[in-house]
Amino acid sequence: MKPQKLTRLSGAATGGRPTHKARTAGAMTMRTGLWMAAALGLGGCININAPDEAIVIELNIDIRQEVIYRLAEDAADTIEENADIF
Amino acid sequence: MKTGFRNYSLALCAGLVAVAGLTATANAQRDPAYASARAEGKVGEQVDGYLGIVGAATPALQRLVDDINIKRRAVYTRKAQANNATLEEYALSAGCQAIMRTVPGEKYQAPDRSWKTRSAAPPERDPRCP
Repeated sequence: MKPQKLTRLSGAATGGRPTHKARTAGAMTMRTGLWMAAALGLGGCININAPDEAIVIELNIDIRQEVIYRLAEDAADTIEENADIF
Repeated sequence: MKTGFRNYSLALCAGLVAVAGLTATANAQRDPAYASARAEGKVGEQVDGYLGIVGAATPALQRLVDDINIKRRAVYTRKAQANNATLEEYALSAGCQAIMRTVPGEKYQAPDRSWKTRSAAPPERDPRCP
């Protein structure tokens, strides 16, 4: 997250005139640094904002209007036939 | 002999009419306790096709509502099967109709689940209702 941390890491990777062995180690450090930079960069970019309102799952959403329309007439008859409970 | 047969037929017809009349009477009327609870706005029609308690629940009111809802559920189950629909689909469809049939003063549930008192204006219903 902190940019100064990145700078310090890359500084360590490029600083001085290393020997062959030291250069390899330096290159590895640099590569690690790049990976970390990428990871940190990503970490800094992705923003997930929680919604302010509660998420409501509408359980009736799968009941389609055409089904309601198809059943409407029969349901009306049912109510009339069972007037004591409607 | 012929007269006897006619008399028998007449008696049979009269009997059938009487039976039909009795059945109709049994189904036509709301229980007085249910009728008054409805009129007083203690119970109302829910969006899902069942009866609900609007204010504070008393044991008697709860029994009344449960009894009616069990009967409604049985009817919905039978009718849903006959119409190749699910219980929920049929119940919701009946809810649309039951809310439409409320009379001014009775309670019904709006799509946001809040209780409303039916006025002379059309009730607020689920947008899927016909």
